[in-house]
Amino acid sequence: MTDTTTGPDARPWQPPDHPDFLWRTPEPKRSYDVVIVGGGGHGLATAHYLAKNHGITNVAVLEKGWLAGGNMARNTTLIRSNYLWDESAAIYEHSLKLWEGLEEDLGYPILFSQRGVLNLAHTEQDVRESLRRVEANKLNGIDAEWIGPDEVAKICPIVNVSSDIRYPVHGATYQPRAGIAKHDYVAWGFARRADEAGIDLIQDCAVTGFTTDGDRVTGVRTTRGEIAAGKVALCAAGHTSTLTDLLGIPVPIQSHPLQALVSELLEPVHPTIVMSNAVHVYVSQAHKGELVMGAGVDSYNGYGQRGAFHIIERQMAAAVELFPVFARAHLLRTWGGIVDVTADASPIVGRTPYENVYLNCGWGTGGFKATPGIGWCLAHTIAHDEPHPYVAPFGLDRFVTGALVDEHGAAAVAH
Amino acid sequence: MQLIDCPWCGPREEVEFHYGGQAGVAYPAAPAELSDEEWARFVFHRANPKGPLHERWSHSAGCRRWFTAVRDTATYRFEK
Ligand SMILES: Cc1cc2nc3c(=O)[nH]c(=O)nc-3n(C[C@H](O)[C@H](O)[C@H](O)COP(=O)(O)OP(=O)(O)OC[C@H]3O[C@@H](n4cnc5c(N)ncnc54)[C@H](O)[C@@H]3O)c2cc1C
Ligand SMILES: [Zn+2]
Repeated sequence: MTDTTTGPDARPWQPPDHPDFLWRTPEPKRSYDVVIVGGGGHGLATAHYLAKNHGITNVAVLEKGWLAGGNMARNTTLIRSNYLWDESAAIYEHSLKLWEGLEEDLGYPILFSQRGVLNLAHTEQDVRESLRRVEANKLNGIDAEWIGPDEVAKICPIVNVSSDIRYPVHGATYQPRAGIAKHDYVAWGFARRADEAGIDLIQDCAVTGFTTDGDRVTGVRTTRGEIAAGKVALCAAGHTSTLTDLLGIPVPIQSHPLQALVSELLEPVHPTIVMSNAVHVYVSQAHKGELVMGAGVDSYNGYGQRGAFHIIERQMAAAVELFPVFARAHLLRTWGGIVDVTADASPIVGRTPYENVYLNCGWGTGGFKATPGIGWCLAHTIAHDEPHPYVAPFGLDRFVTGALVDEHGAAAVAH
Repeated sequence: MQLIDCPWCGPREEVEFHYGGQAGVAYPAAPAELSDEEWARFVFHRANPKGPLHERWSHSAGCRRWFTAVRDTATYRFEK
């Protein structure tokens, strides 16, 4: 190896150049074994695991915009698995375990940082529900503990734990293995691996219709021509209804704007993730230093990828209540995505009335954390024509049987 | 802030209103005869178009009356 740090040609060490493109830009073929509609995190992860776990590579991911420019580019990257019910705990914990090995699997840095999450309790009812959830988590092998206000202050010293605020902090649940990751890198890592396996990632290709034969879909109509498909997986998040309406499959989701915001870059002040259901905000600090905050959806249905400013105002008021030091921070940027919300705040995954169409939607405000987990389970579902056990409880039929997985009430806040 | 036209009070700020979802969802005429599928449809399924949607709104911090409006879910513009 030549040493370029000394001698006449001396120049400081440079990291290797980032390649101009991490994946090819192929022309769509006329036909694929599997067509995945939607190139967000879920579509890309599904492609990766189809190749890696099942050897299925004659696959196209069709994306109407640019890869991972939807919710994957807009979420606040919170990853946790401390959900109440066994069904949710299983899929989210499976996902968290995959996150823990993902950098190695993808061979790509994703800045996964397990800095823990505090879910604050502000009322006696919050305390009861938190304790119940901690015990449920422990029974499911998930790291969880209940801590008092003094412990909260030790883990995140800038939280206002004094008793003279409107919603005093009575304690919190703590999941140390929760964390954040760099969402773009996650998408690019999955995309690169899928591309290497020979899967075609096709951008600027909107699905506008389907060709069917009885109860089978034979192909998709796109803005780049017709493409025949052996199987079709819908991974269109907030836009799912626009596709299922074309197929005549009724799906109980409502699309809502969901907004988030960041502050200017600040010194590290916020070492963990803090979520508060009652005061209604959650905060983490990104690697570069911005405070990242979010809260709930805008009330009305919307596909506009933007929301109303009074929602942002409320988030900031809540944040300043919990973190008085934020009063002097400046808002840098706000944005919105479109999230597909269900009645029980749980996803809808599995088979549809068409025998070769698979549905993956309804992740609402919290599907980023599920990215590797759902990719894994949806790939299995497609490959075996049968729901993976972790997604089986989340089928469309639960709205008829009544076996809802209600994660609204007790399982912390959304996201 | 977006102004919403209350049929009784005129244009008022969005924060005065409460969203009621899809309009025109009638309670089943013969509830005892509904199948589980039909109940699921009534309880859980609502239209979710990208485009005009007939919606219920309540002027909850004003006259407190309900009204139906047509709003485009892609532009958020009220059409009627
Ligand atoms: C502001 C905000 C904050 C969030 N915070 C968190 C969080 O902290 N933690 C968490 O776990 N989750 C969070 N979420 C939710 C999470 O982002 C989503 O649940 C998840 O990203 C959805 O899966 P996806 O990545 O595949 O979606 P998307 O990235 O939205 O992918 C869907 C893709 O389908 C494409 N598409 C749609 N229609 C068509 C068509 N007809 N033809 C071709 N392509 C089409 C879209 O262009 C899009 O790229 C947040 C979401 C938002 C908006
Ligand atoms: Zn009025």
